[in-house]
Amino acid sequence: MSGDLRGGRIVVVGASLAGLRAAETLREEGFTGSLTVVGDEPCPPYDRPPLSKQVLLGKASADTTALPMRRDPDADWRLGVAATGLDPLEKRVMLADGESLPFDRLLIATGTRARPWPNPEEASLDGVFTLRTSDEAGGLAERLAAGPGRVLVIGAGFTGSEIASACRERGIEVTVAERGPAPLVGALGGTLSKLAAVMHRNHGVDLRCGVTVTALRGDGNGRFTGADLSDGSRVDAEVCVVALGAVRNVEWLAESGLAAGPRGIACDAGCRAFDMYGIVTDDVFVAGDVSRFPHPLFGYQMLSLEHWGNAVAQAEVAAHNMVSPGPMRRPHLAVPTFWSTQFGINIKSVGVPTYSDHVVIAQGSLEARRLAMVYGYQGRVTAAVTVDMAKSLDYYKNLIETAAPFPPPPGAADRAIAADITIPSDVPDPSGLSHGPTVALTGHLPDRRLTVVQPSR
Amino acid sequence: MDSETLLARITDYENRPNPYPLYAELREAGPVVRQADGSYLIGTYHEIAALLHDPRMSADPRSRTGPSPSEETVKPPFLRLDDPEHHRLRTLTMRPFGPPHSPGRIDAMRGEITHITGELIEELRDRKQIDIVDDFAYPLPITVICRLLGVPREDESLFQAWTDAIVASADIGPEEDTTERDKAGMQARQEMGRYLVDLAEQRRERPTGDMLSAFVNEPDPALRLTVEELAETTILLFIAGHETTVNLITNGVLTLLRQPDQLDRLRRDPGLLPQAVEELLRYEPPVHMRERIPLADVEVAGTTIRKGTSVVLALASGSRDPMRFHEPDRFDPTRPDNQHFGFGSGIHLCYGAPLARIEAETALGALLPHLGTARLVQDPPPYRQNAMLRGPRHLPIQL
Repeated sequence: MSGDLRGGRIVVVGASLAGLRAAETLREEGFTGSLTVVGDEPCPPYDRPPLSKQVLLGKASADTTALPMRRDPDADWRLGVAATGLDPLEKRVMLADGESLPFDRLLIATGTRARPWPNPEEASLDGVFTLRTSDEAGGLAERLAAGPGRVLVIGAGFTGSEIASACRERGIEVTVAERGPAPLVGALGGTLSKLAAVMHRNHGVDLRCGVTVTALRGDGNGRFTGADLSDGSRVDAEVCVVALGAVRNVEWLAESGLAAGPRGIACDAGCRAFDMYGIVTDDVFVAGDVSRFPHPLFGYQMLSLEHWGNAVAQAEVAAHNMVSPGPMRRPHLAVPTFWSTQFGINIKSVGVPTYSDHVVIAQGSLEARRLAMVYGYQGRVTAAVTVDMAKSLDYYKNLIETAAPFPPPPGAADRAIAADITIPSDVPDPSGLSHGPTVALTGHLPDRRLTVVQPSR
Repeated sequence: MDSETLLARITDYENRPNPYPLYAELREAGPVVRQADGSYLIGTYHEIAALLHDPRMSADPRSRTGPSPSEETVKPPFLRLDDPEHHRLRTLTMRPFGPPHSPGRIDAMRGEITHITGELIEELRDRKQIDIVDDFAYPLPITVICRLLGVPREDESLFQAWTDAIVASADIGPEEDTTERDKAGMQARQEMGRYLVDLAEQRRERPTGDMLSAFVNEPDPALRLTVEELAETTILLFIAGHETTVNLITNGVLTLLRQPDQLDRLRRDPGLLPQAVEELLRYEPPVHMRERIPLADVEVAGTTIRKGTSVVLALASGSRDPMRFHEPDRFDPTRPDNQHFGFGSGIHLCYGAPLARIEAETALGALLPHLGTARLVQDPPPYRQNAMLRGPRHLPIQL
């Protein structure tokens, strides 16, 4: 089938944010055919950002984060059933219950899951958690409410940092073990990671950087009691949260012939999946955390983003393109954005901070804990991160979109004294961290010489 | 081309009842339209949005160095300050008003606002003709802001005169002599500041649960306002806390009486009220213009605006920009994606927006049942002088 699709059969695999928004958009676009949404979790689509914030603080329970629906997508919901395979020739999705669903168009939005602790026996100790699903958040929140003596968080990415922050806000002692030199360094680079380390320590976190956890220990009853670290020390704790980043849910596509691998499923800017030969398909689309797509602002590198906003924007583009003829299709060009709240501060990012060679503090200061840091790559602005200064973000977003020169022009109010002094962005090799960067450049590394996109003026 | 007289024509009182054709002319001539006095006028949505978020655009009148440099020497209230000073004062002022320190404060006033509204409606019973402004749209927000801040309503004759003088002096108007107006405004600011500081002082150690009490009884010295800051800030909160809401409610009644089909729709489905208030903020906003001054040479849509030059952003025009809103001149209470400039945007985004929304929803909701057979006595109604804070002075209607 090609071109305008108003009737027919659409299957969406993945019933979280991207799957839901795509289903709604399909109906808004006038799709009147049959729509089936498959999800391996038994519950209707829910929102995940609160799971590491309000839910862990006990301000909301884990079962109250259901996503509001913009409209009834009038879909056949197949919840609690995982998809197990895809036959692209017969155009069928195989399900765990033995059924198979025929489709004219397929959207893959299977997202990610928490990377488990590598030793399954240790991972199964009572008190060891990962945090990705509503169930996991509910279980962890319950343990935190019981007032454990100490919590060990392994990995100081955004999720690990937010968990540590929630523990401290509840008055719980917490140790954070991070293999890299500082929290958030993989996503934000050297300078802001130092601020993150200060925020951890000022809030009473026992932060251990440059160490790995070598073993989780349990008592005779299978209860977690503590962990051994690579520096020879030992942490006694009652709860352990493994926050080692995410694994993309692509295993079910192993036999499908799609370009699906550990970094996600490659697709074009119109969300159409590539097959293993790099040939674009015309009936299989991808959206959300599981996708990797080229972005012209960042040298056409394949980005994979674990961002709420990207899931929404990409799902809308994918849904539009699924039912629109070729010339009416749209590219997914949204500039990546994400946010985090931790230790009383609000961090927001626009662009791709890891796609950078230098940074400059353009407004505010580290001392004031309120600043805008701008990231540049080969003399153009590629990202900005604000700390408690979110209202400036749109300005920097505009600089990124127009490939404005780096460092940014002078004249900003609240301009930092050192606003002209650029320093290396100090983005480390992701393989040396306990946490993956939230924005990953999954193509070649930023130090490669690339074609820079210049807007026509 | 006459485009360089646009600001003069927009501020001309003759055009107060309907400035919207001038805004269309402005967008057509724009995006950046130089005025005869060397200042600039901008009325297109995307350019306004970008400038309101641009940290190089100062709100401080003292940044003006161009053809008409500011004579202002005293520190303005935080509405017209830049970061970091603006941020410090706004954050301190927010503590007894909203999140994160007082998250439930405004929502908790719903009951009180409904009660005050009910009393006002009660007084309208059996009357054949009323003035929406004097009988309803003014008494509601003034009573609310008096209680919130802790100002006795009995002192109305005092603060009403001060408010009028200060609001007049803050208006935008290019070619007239503003010396008298500025002097009167300055004097009113001094007197009103002294009055509010005195009131606050009376509450030192005897707090009465209002915002003035909270300001003077702040235990942490680092979080205290100086006397000058207290004066300027409380004047700002008092005036901004009611003046614009009066216009919002009045514009709402005017708009609904001009569009009986939309009035019927709302009467049938009052659940649309929150959306209708948003649409009102886009379609007939209380604040029409704001001034900004670049701190460096800034390029906007191909025009370089020199540092220190006055730039007037016509927010009400941006909210009617067809490049942003589908059929912008239609009042549609169910309009989707309605990101208007009714409360501005960027760091100076209206601080009291949650309060204004509740007041407007409550007021219009309470009036709806009485508007079925009402009609405008005079259309257009007589307008206030002010071009920036635009709204009817009176809105007589027959019930």
